[in-house]
Amino acid sequence: MSVVVQTAGHPDGPISNTRRVRSALGPAARAARPDLERQYPEIFAGSRRDRLTTIGVVVGLVGLFAFALWRLDFSFARIGSGLVQLAHFTTLMLPPSSGTVARFWLFLNSLGETLAIAFLGTLAAATFAFPFGFLAAKNVVPQPLVHFFTRRGLDTIRGVDTLIWALIWINVVGLGPFAGILAIMCSDFGAFGKLFSEAIESVDGKPIEGVVSTGGSRLAQIRFAILPQILPVIAGQVLYYFESNTRSATIIGIVGAGGIGLWLTEAIRTLEWQQVSLLVLMILVAVAAIDQISARIRFAIIGDRRLDL
Amino acid sequence: MPTALPRLSDDRLRPLAAAYATSLAAARTRIWIGAGGIVALVLVSGWFAEVDLVRMFGRIGTFTDYIGRIFVFDNGDNVGRFVLVAPGEWMWGLAHWSKLILETLLIAYSGTILGAIGGFVLSFMSARNLGRAPLMRGGVKRLLEICRTVPELVFALVFVIAFGLGALPGVLAIAIHTTGALGKLFAEVVENIDMKPVEGTTAAGGSWWQTVRFAVVPQVLSNFASYTLLRFEINVRGASVMGFVGAGGIGQDLIEAIRKFYYADVSAILVLIILTVMVIDLGTERLRHRFIAREAHA
Repeated sequence: MSVVVQTAGHPDGPISNTRRVRSALGPAARAARPDLERQYPEIFAGSRRDRLTTIGVVVGLVGLFAFALWRLDFSFARIGSGLVQLAHFTTLMLPPSSGTVARFWLFLNSLGETLAIAFLGTLAAATFAFPFGFLAAKNVVPQPLVHFFTRRGLDTIRGVDTLIWALIWINVVGLGPFAGILAIMCSDFGAFGKLFSEAIESVDGKPIEGVVSTGGSRLAQIRFAILPQILPVIAGQVLYYFESNTRSATIIGIVGAGGIGLWLTEAIRTLEWQQVSLLVLMILVAVAAIDQISARIRFAIIGDRRLDL
Repeated sequence: MPTALPRLSDDRLRPLAAAYATSLAAARTRIWIGAGGIVALVLVSGWFAEVDLVRMFGRIGTFTDYIGRIFVFDNGDNVGRFVLVAPGEWMWGLAHWSKLILETLLIAYSGTILGAIGGFVLSFMSARNLGRAPLMRGGVKRLLEICRTVPELVFALVFVIAFGLGALPGVLAIAIHTTGALGKLFAEVVENIDMKPVEGTTAAGGSWWQTVRFAVVPQVLSNFASYTLLRFEINVRGASVMGFVGAGGIGQDLIEAIRKFYYADVSAILVLIILTVMVIDLGTERLRHRFIAREAHA
């Protein structure tokens, strides 16, 4: 048997820090397999069944995929010519430029508008969803009917995409960023309501018992037993949504609800590729900055805990 | 049995009480500063985003009006009556719309599959603990970041110009966005694995690919599947608006109905979309619970 030589592996990179020498263990194990299979048939039968399930699932997934490609009229000729076009567009995108300085200030202004839309939309959604979170939590309102209807209502609101909400709100307040705020508020209201109620349902019951034992009212229970437990979780979730909303706020301009998306759509439609690349670059920088800031705040509030979204 | 708590004498208690009061006051100041900051931000962004509450409350009737109006027939025999009075007339385009909903689901499905494959491959290259060269890791990470930051509709807009109208640009746009989102989540899962099996295969002389195949993949597969299902749910929603820019699915008919004020059609299509999303949500939730249960069991 050959000797396996191994340098001390660093915990972060044991693979790269190892000198690999082919071991003779592999062939030996393969040679011993028929014997083992005879000796422990039940163990090998189990793995065979697993394998069949795996193959079945994979065949099903691939089959559905093939059906989708056929149904959606995929043609390789179209993909090929499209890719050639894309490569051409990419060369036209360099270097990023806004054309005129005045236009650059316009872009910056609408980027600020986008951030404002995301911030206000998230904040408003969180504010309105807060009471509904309690209403939809089983341990606060132990009323199955109320629980069922609030949850389904929130699901319905969540099922409508932000862009659709934007189209509806444009009818009410007219074109512009305010419609964008209301659209983000509506679609996040459903998501927040669900997340908040889940956070409330998973609180520790002991503080509630403590408040009850001192004669606290229902409101006092919420204020002194539930609220302190859920506030950090909720703050983390709101910040996370603010991050993701800066992303979605960049597109609601497509339907005319304000922000940088309006310029981006305009630039793509008029094939101003240099402006497109500049706008995308600006979005990337802004989103990265927001991510950094909010990650830091989130860390300060809840520590390095994974969010249960 | 009541127990007597020893009470500190007043002069020993006083500094403690004072210290408590200062720390409480400090906490209170911090909260006020935070609240003031948020209020200032709200005012600044409100000014930036042209918030006009007066106008909104003045016209809030339009919103409820609109919601009410889409559930009422605006032509035909049943003008002015609630849509459920004649469900057949309300859902007159059901056959056509179901085809479009199926198309939407297939766009979401194929985009998710392609994106999951992309994310799967790239996640192992960008995970910190699998010892790929830092330069390549950084490069892959940036690529994933770009893929998930640029909204899918922007990709779709560009692809519609490059590939022509239809479902193809929608699928590709969703695939790219999904690659970015899943690549990051997958990489985080890979970074949290138990490293002992990796050491085992390495010690047995396994190559990088063998290590990934036999030590990493078995640990992460159930988590990957769960994230992919979650993403599919999100992509169904995303695919429902792809038609807004001409990239296939039900969105095209929806935006036409909204823009041309076919009120009853708007509600019919919206109800179909919401029902589809709910069914998909429930189905994937059930599947995900099974994956998570299996993981807890293993």
